Amino acid sequence: MTLTDQEWQALSLSLKVALTSTLLSLLPAVWIAYLLARKQFVGKSVLNAVVHLPLILPPVVTGYLLLLGFGTQGPIGAFLAQFGIVFAFRWTGAALAAAVMAFPLLVRAIRLSIEAVDPKLEAAAATLGTTPCWVFLTVTLPLIAPGVLAGWVLAFAKAMGEFGATITFVSNVPGQTQTIPSAIYSQLQVPGGEDAALRLVLISITVSVTALLVSEWMAQRAARRVD
Amino acid sequence: MSLQIRVKHQFASFDLDVDIQTEGGVTALFGVSGSGKSTLVNAIAGLLKPDEGLIQVNGQTLFDSNSGVNLAVHQRQVGYIFQDSRLFPHMSVKNNLRYSRWFGGRKSSRQQFKHLLELLNIGHLLERMPSGLSGGERQRVAIGRACLSDPAFLLADEPLAALDIERKQEILPYFERLRDELGLPIVYVSHSIDEVVRLANSVAMLEQGRCVAQGLIDQVLADIRLANTQTKPAGALWMAKVLTHHDDGVTEVTVGQQRLFLPSMQSLQQDSIRLKINAEDVLLSASPVDDTSALNCITGVVTSILPMAGGRALVVLDTAAGQLNATITNRSVNRLQIEAGQTIYALLKSVAIVST
Repeated sequence: MTLTDQEWQALSLSLKVALTSTLLSLLPAVWIAYLLARKQFVGKSVLNAVVHLPLILPPVVTGYLLLLGFGTQGPIGAFLAQFGIVFAFRWTGAALAAAVMAFPLLVRAIRLSIEAVDPKLEAAAATLGTTPCWVFLTVTLPLIAPGVLAGWVLAFAKAMGEFGATITFVSNVPGQTQTIPSAIYSQLQVPGGEDAALRLVLISITVSVTALLVSEWMAQRAARRVD
Repeated sequence: MSLQIRVKHQFASFDLDVDIQTEGGVTALFGVSGSGKSTLVNAIAGLLKPDEGLIQVNGQTLFDSNSGVNLAVHQRQVGYIFQDSRLFPHMSVKNNLRYSRWFGGRKSSRQQFKHLLELLNIGHLLERMPSGLSGGERQRVAIGRACLSDPAFLLADEPLAALDIERKQEILPYFERLRDELGLPIVYVSHSIDEVVRLANSVAMLEQGRCVAQGLIDQVLADIRLANTQTKPAGALWMAKVLTHHDDGVTEVTVGQQRLFLPSMQSLQQDSIRLKINAEDVLLSASPVDDTSALNCITGVVTSILPMAGGRALVVLDTAAGQLNATITNRSVNRLQIEAGQTIYALLKSVAIVST
């Protein structure tokens, strides 16, 4: 099966959007997951709610909120536009929407794995003279690596499939914001587009299953190292 | 090396309020579980911030609520040996040890590293992962790891409690070696009197968050307050000097001014030994006796008589060898008309004296 130009465009754009959004949100997600798992502070429940909001809101609502905030007229969008960072109708906007939608999944998975790490091990490392930052890098991080990986794959899959917030925020511009789900949607709007849509569906399934298998394999390797 | 720990801390269920001072060697924190031992150790290590207090090691202040000093855990130079070893599961034994040496400031030389491996007999375990080690092996590696971080002192929180009796016997000698060869001051938490007797120079005894007795081990163990908490009260714990080994298989020792005869100690090469006597193995007589099979008859003055459970009493004597406690029945107290200030004679069967 060879891909048409349009299919290639949708696939590569989807991969670009999903990789960019999930890789860039990885660090903030680990940080916030660590705060939620280990620290007590004022406003913790508020932070928790805000992070999970995209999970419970209708995607269209999230997309519309993004449009209000990050659109050309929005306060943040207008501010960032001065530095040449534009989200509206660009692939960057699609990446932002995907990042926001996938973030709760990423944070949840990482938070769970941090909570599974025995704080006594971190305390033991501290008694050996290790500073808190190094304790995190040398003890916590290696132990949560499989969980981070699993969370990342979940977020990646979510970002690949994100549709509602994306189409609301940055529309459906071929080559700019038309990811695979948007392309499938467009094909289904055209009479006789079912075959093209099916091809895109198969591509989508292939990518997702491959990601899942790779993550399983890596998680097993990581787990074996710990045993 | 000196250690000063003054800590006040309020918990939901009880409050801790102790003031302990010791001079080097092995200091045992002794008491039943829930007496506040682990809390105290965690306060020393910096894992718990007490409400109030002063913690100084060798003159260095680790914590002082008055001046607001509170060093972070990683700045305190403690070598903490945990009950549950806490080896890093994602690192081999070798990397666990290297980790400690690296983050402890890389002070130990290659030779010291090797020496420690020999001392703890863990050289053959280096490539193994912690999950593949036995409980005893794991604890030996944990001891090594604590020592490699260049600690100013060691904290051991019930390091043998998770092990069965045989493993305990396996690990104890390693602590003795640490004490004797590395010269590191050790704070050793335990609820086992046997471990304390074997290792410690001084003891602080905790009961419900209070330090009820502290001092050199031979003083504290003979202490009556300790006796009251034990089902088998200690009669005495004495340091003895070996005088001679007699031909008939009896060893003669002195404790202070007092001479004692023991079953042969010839196999022991040391010339000073610890003697432990159970209070219930001490026989009292109102007049001196020399026509029994007991080889030792010690003259003492009764200082106090304490009632005990089960119709018994603990008679505390002051003898030339030091304090000696005897458990006898209330009937015997009445029959012999024992009262404070009276001179009395204590008979010790030589075989009832245990040397450690």
